[in-house]
Amino acid sequence: MAHMNMIQALNSAMDIMLKQDSSVVLMGEDIGYFGGVFRATEGLQRKYGEHRVIDTPIAEGGIVAAAIGMSINGMRPVAEIQFADYIYPGFDQIASELARIRYRSAGEFFAPVTIRTPCGGGIRGGQTHSQSPEGIFTHVSGIKVVMPSNPYDAKGLLITSIEDDDPVIFFEPKRLYNGPFDGDASKPAVPWSSHPKGQVDEGYYKVPLGKADIVRTGAEVSIITYGTMVFVAAAAAAAANIDAEIIDLRSLVPLDVDTICNSVRKTGRCVVAHEATRFGGFGAELLSIVQEECFWDLEAPIQRVTGWDTPYPHAFEWEYFPGQARVAMALKAVMESA
Amino acid sequence: MAMDKHSRLHLPRAPARPGEAPDFSYVQLSPAGAVARPDVNARARDIGSLSLDLVRVLDDSGNAVGPWHPHLDPAELQVGLRHMLLTRIFDDRMQRNQRAGKISFYIRSMGEEAVSVAQCMALRPGDMLFPSYRNQGLQIARGIALVDLMCQLLSNTRDMCKGRQLPVMYHSKAGNIFSISGNLATQFPQAVGWAMAAAIKGEDHLAASWIGEGSSAEADFHHALLFASVYQAPVILNVVNNQWAISTFQGYAGGEQRSFAARGPGYGIAGVRVDGNDFLAVYAVTQWAAERARTGAGPTLIELVTYRAAAHSTSDDPARYRAKNDHEHWPLGDPIVRLKQHLIRLGEWSEERHQALAADLEALVASSWKEATTFGTMTEGPRLDADLMFEDLFKEMPEHLQKQRALMRAERSRSGRT
Repeated sequence: MAHMNMIQALNSAMDIMLKQDSSVVLMGEDIGYFGGVFRATEGLQRKYGEHRVIDTPIAEGGIVAAAIGMSINGMRPVAEIQFADYIYPGFDQIASELARIRYRSAGEFFAPVTIRTPCGGGIRGGQTHSQSPEGIFTHVSGIKVVMPSNPYDAKGLLITSIEDDDPVIFFEPKRLYNGPFDGDASKPAVPWSSHPKGQVDEGYYKVPLGKADIVRTGAEVSIITYGTMVFVAAAAAAAANIDAEIIDLRSLVPLDVDTICNSVRKTGRCVVAHEATRFGGFGAELLSIVQEECFWDLEAPIQRVTGWDTPYPHAFEWEYFPGQARVAMALKAVMESA
Repeated sequence: MAMDKHSRLHLPRAPARPGEAPDFSYVQLSPAGAVARPDVNARARDIGSLSLDLVRVLDDSGNAVGPWHPHLDPAELQVGLRHMLLTRIFDDRMQRNQRAGKISFYIRSMGEEAVSVAQCMALRPGDMLFPSYRNQGLQIARGIALVDLMCQLLSNTRDMCKGRQLPVMYHSKAGNIFSISGNLATQFPQAVGWAMAAAIKGEDHLAASWIGEGSSAEADFHHALLFASVYQAPVILNVVNNQWAISTFQGYAGGEQRSFAARGPGYGIAGVRVDGNDFLAVYAVTQWAAERARTGAGPTLIELVTYRAAAHSTSDDPARYRAKNDHEHWPLGDPIVRLKQHLIRLGEWSEERHQALAADLEALVASSWKEATTFGTMTEGPRLDADLMFEDLFKEMPEHLQKQRALMRAERSRSGRT
C-alpha cells in the first residue's frame, strides 16, 4: 500500500494497464510529452513510448472517432478529454456511434473505449471548466458512466473500465484530485495522505462497475450521492448530528439499485445529492427509482440537493456549489416531515 | 421582402432545376490519358494538380489510354462488369420490392457502381472498409451473399442486424466491412483511427472509407483529414461527388469554388480527382493510393466525380428539384455502358454475352429473394423475437434492461402478441 492522491492513483491504473496489455493506448490533448494538464499521464509516454501514449490535435470529435476506429481494430484506447466541458464536440461520436456499435452490428463489432474526463467545480474554473454533464451521458443507452470519489476507487474503477468490453465515460471530480473536500473552501485543504481511501494498493486490483459503496452506515436517513458530494454530504450530516447512511454510487450506469433501495427501506428517508444542475438531472432518475421501489417505506418526501440550473458562475462559485448549508436544509426538511 | 433586392449574399445555384435543360458545363473535364501519373512516393505538396485535373483512362470510343491505364486482365474486367451489373439489377429489384411494400426503404446506387466495385477490387481482402449507405457494390464485390443482404433489408430472422437497423445498413465482420451508420460522415474519422491502429501494430492493412460530397460539410470530414495527415495514417478517404445531397446541389457543400479533392493538399494529403464512371481510372487511382498507404507514403483523398442517376432514396422524388432525365446528359456517361464498350472493343465481350449475363444475374437475384423470404418478410412469419431488442446493447444485460424486457413480455402477453 502507498499514499496516493487521485491523480497518482489514476496514473498507476494506466501504468499497470499499459504494462500488462499491449492493446491499451492512451490518447488526448497534452497527455503525452507533457503528461496532461492535471498530470494524470505524467511519465507514461517516457515509459511506454510515443506510439502508446499519443498526443492528439485539439479535436474532441476526432479523438473519440479515432479511438472508436482503433478499438474496432483490436485496441483498447483510453482517451482523455481535457475537461468534461469540452466533450460536446465528441458527443455525436459518443451518442450515435460509440454507444451503438455493438447493438447495431448485433454484437459483431464492439468498441472497448474508455473516455476519461475531469468534471465538477470548486476550482475557480468558471462556466467552461466546472460542469458536471454526467446526466447527459446516463441518458444515452449503451454507455457506462462512472464517477469515483477517492483514489482507491478511482484506480480500481479505471482498471475495470479499461478492461470492460463496453464503452465507459469515466468522470473524475477534479476538486477531489488532491484531497477529500467537505464543501468548505475557507478551511485548509486536506491531503489524501490523511484519508484511508488515499491508501492505495500499488498493484493490480479492480473495483466492480455497478456496485455502490456504503461509505457510512446509518439509521435515520439515506443520502444517495457520488463524486464531490460524498464528502460534503457526510460533513453536513455529521454537523447536524444526524445518523445518515451515505451511499457513494461510484457507477451511475449500471446502477446499484439494490443497495439504494435496501438502505431507503431501512431508514425510511432519502436525500439525493449531486453537483450537477437539477432540472432533468441524474438525481431525478434516482428519485423516481426510490419512489417506484420504496414508496411505502418512505416517512417523508425525498429531498434533492443539486447545483442551480444556471451555468457555473466564476464570481459566485460558492453560492452555486451545493455545499453543506444546502445539504443541511434538505436534511432538516426530510427529518422534520411527518 | 424588400431586403432581397439589396442582399449581396452569394447563393450557389443549381445548374438546372425542373423545367430547365440539363446543364453540366460547370464540370471541369480533362481528356482521357492527359493527366500524368506521379510516383507513388511523391510528396503531397508536389502533386497538387492531381486534385484539380480529372484522371481518366477510357476515352469516348472505349479505348484505354494514358499513364493511368491499369492493364488489367480481361477476365478481371469481366468480373468488374459482372459486379456492377449485379449491383444494378439487385438495386432495381429491391426498388421494386420497396414499391410493392415488401421492404420499408431502399437506396439505389445507379450510375455510381464503378466507385464501389472498382475500388473494392483494387484493395485486398484484409483492408477494412468503412462504407456509406450507397456502397452496396462493396458488399457485392467482397462476395457477401445476396441472401444475407436481402435478409437485412427484410429485417427477418436471418437479418445480420437482428432487426435493429434501417434497410441497407449492412455490416460484415468476416468480410471486413464495418457497420453502416445512418449519421453522415461519422465513419470517416473512425476509418482513420482503424488505420492508425494498423500502423501502430505494424500491419500493412489499410482502411478505406466513403462519404458523399454533401457529407464532407460535417466536422467529421475535417477530423478525418486532420488525423490522417497528422499521423500519416494508411487510409484512403473517398468523397463520392454525385453532385446531389438529396435536393442540395454540391455547391452548398463548397464544391462551387474548388474541387473536393483539393481539400487534401490543404491538409498535406495527396488529393486526386478521378472520373468516377470510368472503371479503369477508379481502379488505377485506388491502386495508386493503396500502394502509397502500404508503403508509408501517407493517406490519399480521392474525389470520385459521378452522378446520382437515381433518387436519393425510395422516400425521395428528384423530379421536384432537378431537371428531368438529367443523368442521360451527364458528360461522364454510365459506368456499366463504358466498361462494356471497352470490353467489346478489346474483343472480350459482346451484346449477346451481355444479355446472357444480365439474364443470369436477374435469375440469381430472383432466386436469392425467394430464399431470403423463407426466413420471413415484413408481413409474414417467421418473425424475429422481440426480446432481441434488449440484447447486445452491453456485453452483459444490466438489471434495468432485464426488468424492461420482462415488462415488455408482460405487455405482449396482455395484448395477445406472445
